[in-house]
Amino acid sequence: MVGNKLIMDSLGINRALSRITHEIIERNRGAQDLVLIGIRRGGVDLANHLARKIKELEGIDLAIGELDITLYRDDLSSKKEQPILRKTVIPFDVTDKKIILVDDVLYTGRTIRAALDGIMDLGRPKEIQLAVMIDRGHRELPIRPDYVGKNLPTSRNEVVKVTLDQGGENRVVIEDGA
Amino acid sequence: MGLKGKDLLGIRELETDEIGLILDTAESLKEVSSRDIKKVPALRGKTVVNLFFEPSTRTRTSFELAAKRLSADLLNISVATSSVVKGETLFDTAKNLEAMMADIIVVRHSSSGAPDRLARRLKSSVINAGDGSHEHPTQALTDLYTIRERKGGLSGLIVTMVGDIAHSRVARSNIYALVKMGADVRVAGPPTMIPAGIDKLGVRVYYDLDEALSGADVVMMLRLQLERQGKALFPSIREYSRLYGLNKERLRFAKKDALVMHPGPVNRGVEITSDLADGASSVIMEQVTNGIAVRMAVIYLLSAGRA
Repeated sequence: MVGNKLIMDSLGINRALSRITHEIIERNRGAQDLVLIGIRRGGVDLANHLARKIKELEGIDLAIGELDITLYRDDLSSKKEQPILRKTVIPFDVTDKKIILVDDVLYTGRTIRAALDGIMDLGRPKEIQLAVMIDRGHRELPIRPDYVGKNLPTSRNEVVKVTLDQGGENRVVIEDGA
Repeated sequence: MGLKGKDLLGIRELETDEIGLILDTAESLKEVSSRDIKKVPALRGKTVVNLFFEPSTRTRTSFELAAKRLSADLLNISVATSSVVKGETLFDTAKNLEAMMADIIVVRHSSSGAPDRLARRLKSSVINAGDGSHEHPTQALTDLYTIRERKGGLSGLIVTMVGDIAHSRVARSNIYALVKMGADVRVAGPPTMIPAGIDKLGVRVYYDLDEALSGADVVMMLRLQLERQGKALFPSIREYSRLYGLNKERLRFAKKDALVMHPGPVNRGVEITSDLADGASSVIMEQVTNGIAVRMAVIYLLSAGRA
């Protein structure tokens, strides 16, 4: 627990969620033709929060998908041990949908690249937008988010932890990885 | 965590958490086969070789689809067209495949222990696709997966296995697997087909089928290996069928929602009646579908980079 620093508490996260929700609704002129896809595992919690907020504002229940990107990682062949696979559950056809892709932390962009390929393998969406709680910089690919909870400059040896339990205490913490 | 060994040679050597990992991984991979485009890029550039010294349709094609759905390259070597007919030994054949950078070699052989001997001398991963009367681990894992998916678990279930327990590698692998996962395993068949000392593996032996079926959650029928009929294990197929064949009336002894399983190929009217094989209790075709997901899981887990 050396050097843990609280970046956002429940209140701060809630405000950021509200703002992102408004931005999504404004940009898409409502939420009628939207679906949410959360990247396992942090993105799924965030997608659920966004769905709840959108329901409060617009009265619409958005479909939520859960995407595991393991099979699309670019480092699979160099790993000593295969990462644990989790289930991808997309309970709708992605073709012609406007997808809000959701993840908790945006870092190198490699996860998002994998997620985009994963979604494209399932069909041909009309549009994909990206929502993240934290953008910590250090991009290695030309990827940018459409909706950001907080821009957070970090060094590479730090670890950003987003906790978004349904019901529990929400927070964003930086841990010193050294 | 991952699998501890570089190979999958049998269920006997696996720990329960490794079996759990394979089943969980298969559960995640099953979705790929339900897509319009049934392919993920995970194993691009890996090479899988099917080296089959015994005839097989189901297992070989299942491995083939599994490898291809993970984007691995796959080649089939069947003995009739290979240099084995020129007298090349099993080891030399495999050694050459390894020199061609095969990452995984899937072996079926009539001799028990052949995959094991290969695995010890090769750097490639070896998957046992059935060796003699020893083991057929991916079939047992497929059966476990199918039961778990239908019943929600394995522990405490009564599983009755019927047929030639002595010569069946499917039975042997399933016994190891089911006992490890906490199922209550019964075996039934004529005395000539029940090996002495099988009870030491943790199963109960029955010679009366109705008794063995009583209260069963799962009935696993084994293929009667008609090619062994010359060995006089039973007087006639008709008599075998009368005593140990599964039909609707007999199945009533099992639980109402009992699953009927068969590893295939089915001898219709011998070990199981046609109406049962195609009936509502039968999960025989699900076993085939699940077999692909399970083999994908095994190939995926054994493909960790060894850089």
